[in-house]
Amino acid sequence: MKLKVSTAPHVHSKNSVERIMLDVIIALLPTAAVGVYLFGYMAGLHIIVGVASAVLAEYAWQKLNKKTVTISDFSAALTGFLVALNVPVNAPVWITFIGSVVAIIMVKQLFGGIGDNFLNPALTARAILLASWPTHMNAFTSPSMFGTVDAVSAATPLTANYVSGASDAASSATSVAVNYSYTDLLLGNIPGTIGEVCKIAILIGFVYLLIRGVITWHIPVIMVGAVALFTWVLGGNEGVFTGDPLYAVLSGGLLFGAVFMATDYTTNPMTRKGEVIYAVGCGLIVALIREYGSYHEGVTYAILIMNIVTPLLDKYIAPKLYGRVKKNA
Amino acid sequence: MPNKKVRMSTIFLNGIITENPTFRLVLGMCPTLAVTTAAINGVGMGLAATMVLIGSNVVISLLRNIIPDKVRIPCFIVVICSFVTIVQMLMQAYVQDLYASLGMFIPLIVVNCIILARAEAFACKNGVLASAIDGLGMGLGFTLSLTIIASIRELIGSGKIFGIDVFGGGYEPMLLMILPAGGFITLGLLLGILNSVTAKSAMKKEA
Repeated sequence: MKLKVSTAPHVHSKNSVERIMLDVIIALLPTAAVGVYLFGYMAGLHIIVGVASAVLAEYAWQKLNKKTVTISDFSAALTGFLVALNVPVNAPVWITFIGSVVAIIMVKQLFGGIGDNFLNPALTARAILLASWPTHMNAFTSPSMFGTVDAVSAATPLTANYVSGASDAASSATSVAVNYSYTDLLLGNIPGTIGEVCKIAILIGFVYLLIRGVITWHIPVIMVGAVALFTWVLGGNEGVFTGDPLYAVLSGGLLFGAVFMATDYTTNPMTRKGEVIYAVGCGLIVALIREYGSYHEGVTYAILIMNIVTPLLDKYIAPKLYGRVKKNA
Repeated sequence: MPNKKVRMSTIFLNGIITENPTFRLVLGMCPTLAVTTAAINGVGMGLAATMVLIGSNVVISLLRNIIPDKVRIPCFIVVICSFVTIVQMLMQAYVQDLYASLGMFIPLIVVNCIILARAEAFACKNGVLASAIDGLGMGLGFTLSLTIIASIRELIGSGKIFGIDVFGGGYEPMLLMILPAGGFITLGLLLGILNSVTAKSAMKKEA
């Protein structure tokens, strides 16, 4: 929970869970629209299934356990939306369904519902899907626009980069080593999950969230900055300080994760200092996984790991209580 | 000291239900999480532990008046080790496949806390017959729990139970369930379900 401090005159704020969730959903709309435009109607189907199954799962669980039904606060819908945007369009639709149900029941409701989950539900669902059905979750295709049926399977920018970077292993890899242009990366003309490809749409959502005061700039900007810095230092084939920070920032799910996932209220630290450490930690882990890990993309795991560290950050970076005297003074 | 008149059936059921080592005492988690990727492994691990448990319980019960109190733990371990070695050699001779898939976890039965716990808590205070039955009950309780966990994981994680294809060709197994994380998730969910069921029945009794 973030408290907003402001000077007079005070205006009664309509900030509530519903308002915040709705704002995030609105911020996601450009991304979703571009996703549907780039990948075709199947992307829309994924989104509908994701939202519907998340809402239904929450409703069913709360009815069965005789709890207050909270589907009207849009949090379940948002989770389902995020799950769907995290799936590649070629994955079967039941993947999104299972992801949404797992996110709502296992990650959110079993730990006490909204505000009590210690992990980001949508991201955990993505990690579970990624571990369970790796072939489906890595079945990326180039954007097909409308109507093209024969979508070509392709390597994501990170995979391509990875292959071209690892010159020894390049011969055995099946993917073609292509380096995408910065324009393609920015516009989303690249393979990837439904939501992560178009950076401009994500940035529009980011600006909207900032204007609405739903999130502050700290976590996304610091996280992305940290990835850029650490990639520049660690990445590259000609030793340290030769990495390509812009390519790293624009590829993969980094921007999407930094704006919509890492900023989840429940799972990031309460203090500003904590947020900075959290964001730098996320960025460092992303860079480490991308450079040295066996996965090409590490945003999911980076944010989840820092979600787990969050309670520790809150414990050790508690704000000083005003007016206390040292115990042994 | 437990009551001498406790019925043998109570001792037997104690291990399977009331004090089920996996779901009630939450002991022996290492093999529980590690070997339960297929139902047959669960059964094999459980039965191997049962054999050791019965043997060590009987011998420790027989020796309970001779073993000095101060060095009882080393003495227990020596007895348990002997039985583990016997079981390991028997498995290597007769069930090679199972022996290969359980691997390191057979010798590790020595440090399985269920076995030491029963030696300490039961066998060194009770008669031979009671100890044997306690060992059998605890062992079967362990076997049952492992088989349940392993069946769930095998069913979802590879679409089979005891190696038999259940769903036919169309099913796409959820790999996570046979990865280590699946062990933790299955165990956690089962413990949660059991706890909520017991809590509900306890509330009914009070009402």
